[in-house]
Amino acid sequence: MSDYNFAYLDEQTKRMIRRAILKGVAIPGYQVPFASREMPMPYGWGTGGVQVSAACLTPEDKLKVIDQGADDTTNAVSIRKFFERTAGVETTERTNEATVIQTRHRIPEEPLTEDQILVYQVPIPEPLRFLEPRETETRKMHALEEYGLMHVKLYEDISRHGHIATSYAYPVKVEGRYVMDPSPIPKFDNPKMEMAGLQLFGAGREQRIYAIPPFTRVVSLDFEDHPFEASKADHPCDLCGAGDSYLDEVITDDAGGRMFVCSDTDFCAGRQDAGYRGRLNAEEAA
Amino acid sequence: MIRIENVSKSFTLHNQGGAVIPVMANATFSVAPGECVALTGNSGAGKSTLMRMIYGNYLAASGSIIVGDTDVATAQPREIIALRRHTLGYVSQFLRVVPRVATVDVVAEPMLAVGVPRDAARARAEELLARLNIPETLWGLSPTTFSGGEQQRVNIARGFAHRYPAMLLDEPTASLDATNRETVLSLIEEAKARGAAIVGIFHDAPARDRVADREVDVSAFTPRRAA
Amino acid sequence: MTPLLSVRDIHKSYGARIGCTDVGFDLFPGEVMGIVGESGSGKSTLLNCLAGHLSPDRGEVIFDTRTDGPRDTLTMSEPERRMLGRTDWAFVHQNPRDGLRMSVSAGGNVGERLMAVGARHYGDIRDSATDWLGRVEIAADRIDDRPRAFSGGMQQRLQIARNLVTGPRLVFMDEPTGGLDVSVQARLLDLLRGLVREMGLSAIIVTHDLAVVRLLADRLMVMKSGRVVEAGLTDQVLDDPQHGYTQLLVSSVLQV
Repeated sequence: MSDYNFAYLDEQTKRMIRRAILKGVAIPGYQVPFASREMPMPYGWGTGGVQVSAACLTPEDKLKVIDQGADDTTNAVSIRKFFERTAGVETTERTNEATVIQTRHRIPEEPLTEDQILVYQVPIPEPLRFLEPRETETRKMHALEEYGLMHVKLYEDISRHGHIATSYAYPVKVEGRYVMDPSPIPKFDNPKMEMAGLQLFGAGREQRIYAIPPFTRVVSLDFEDHPFEASKADHPCDLCGAGDSYLDEVITDDAGGRMFVCSDTDFCAGRQDAGYRGRLNAEEAA
Repeated sequence: MIRIENVSKSFTLHNQGGAVIPVMANATFSVAPGECVALTGNSGAGKSTLMRMIYGNYLAASGSIIVGDTDVATAQPREIIALRRHTLGYVSQFLRVVPRVATVDVVAEPMLAVGVPRDAARARAEELLARLNIPETLWGLSPTTFSGGEQQRVNIARGFAHRYPAMLLDEPTASLDATNRETVLSLIEEAKARGAAIVGIFHDAPARDRVADREVDVSAFTPRRAA
Repeated sequence: MTPLLSVRDIHKSYGARIGCTDVGFDLFPGEVMGIVGESGSGKSTLLNCLAGHLSPDRGEVIFDTRTDGPRDTLTMSEPERRMLGRTDWAFVHQNPRDGLRMSVSAGGNVGERLMAVGARHYGDIRDSATDWLGRVEIAADRIDDRPRAFSGGMQQRLQIARNLVTGPRLVFMDEPTGGLDVSVQARLLDLLRGLVREMGLSAIIVTHDLAVVRLLADRLMVMKSGRVVEAGLTDQVLDDPQHGYTQLLVSSVLQV
């Protein structure tokens, strides 16, 4: 164990963050300002998520960190190492074993339980920001529930592409009140946000925390004649054969060869262990 | 229909030493429905001023100007606007229109303003334009580019489009050829026949003699100069 | 008849300087009122006080609301006032950039007010937008273009469409034809006149252009140094001005 306080942040800072989290849970979807600290990593690398995780962790917790669904990419590995060193907590790659999961841009395929917390890293928490640059105005719009502008964004999508082309960070309305940016998760994951686990969102640079308590209604915005669709690549996983998971497209050579694989590495590995095989994995199994 | 009592008017020129120019005092006369009264008097006697006061364009200093049920001298702007829309028509010597609006729409506008359906309004506008010998090829163009005589005829068509119960005519036959003058005079006679009360200024004496029932000499209302 | 808007004793000062003071009038349904005066006369301050963009130091701005009858908009709650701002009220800015979302397509700009009051059917919104673009003489095939690609006159017409799409009853206009060349101005004036008549709109138009008010406004208020010096029927005020300042203003216009 190092000389760091447990989970890097001092206790007063963690209390401050927990208060923001509690307020966020009490007002689902509302962006709570908090005094974001300088973290030993650059903005954009998950400073918000790391602070929320630090405030949630206890020595008994088991932490999983995923980056775009994968446990083994730079961001995931370094944050996992960070908490191993500063908190000394156990880490895991198994979704069902973890008690706290910090994620960047994905929700695990396996449904979460009431004992689990999902912490999102958020780059820009304000869903109205791209159309309304004034913070004073967007705050007022949230306060007065003036969300027509959000539909203007979707309108623009349809008028330009013939359908709602927003495929990630797809805006949702939480418990019939606040419109919220779900962080850049694929819209395929949107329906999963109505879950048993607690979801916390941390934006370090923008200094905002928000939350979705368990079993909260989360509705993706849409038009009557252009309903929301949780789309994914129309393909099964080439490794595990799953037809219902979110896929990454991987270019395999310079000749146009490609494969589709589950973005959730733990989910894919679990299926392969259970004997499921996809198109490119079949011979090896035989 | 039109009753004018003790109307006086003066102009105060604030930017020229506050000079006060009295132009009219104790003007009194009335016009019955179906009657045409011609205002006479020398140039500068105040014929146009009196007519403009009746229309509400100039503010009367005192007295009352009753047109229908409205006292123009004291009415609110919206009452005067309603009066002008429904009751009181005015054919001035100058055509003032929004540029680029087609002639036929210029003529139809007073009818649209009182709720006449577009088709009916346009039909009557076309009928009037035809009667006043405006070539059909010009109907779709803006009158701002027309010759003086054509503009005057468009102005008359516009003035007679809606059948006002009271009308003010300022030199309606000026700058018209014999044929069109005849048309305008018959329009005036038709208006009288349907009961319109008309106040007119006619420098054209034969025209005045033909349509006017009475004459009112405005010089009688000229205030005596301070000695 | 109940006035659509009743303004009482509006006073706004900027520190020791008077923005506008002692202003009161009634505006009735279907009436168009012009406010003229030179730069700095307080006409824009007044308009912004009336439209809720500035809060006056005292006074009342009573609007005859659809649901609750006459209400003082200055003491209304902010959500109510903002709701009014996107339903029964409209504001046309002098510079279309202030009234449009420049990064949103023409259709989106027109549709925004519809979506703001709950429209959720893309096809219907688009149909309304197309209809309104037609009414302001913008070709239907420009619906997906951004306002940046439009000329100044088109931008101004787009701003008008965006404002009128929800069928407001009162429109505030701040120099709506300022900055446009004269031929474009004429077309816009004609368009506004037609819309005002067809929709039975009431409007308050601030301008320094006397020709504009002569064509558009039924009534006129002349302002100088924050005060109304003369008010009345537009042609009466312009043709028989009573106040010295109005006489000066009218005689200062260049004759073409």
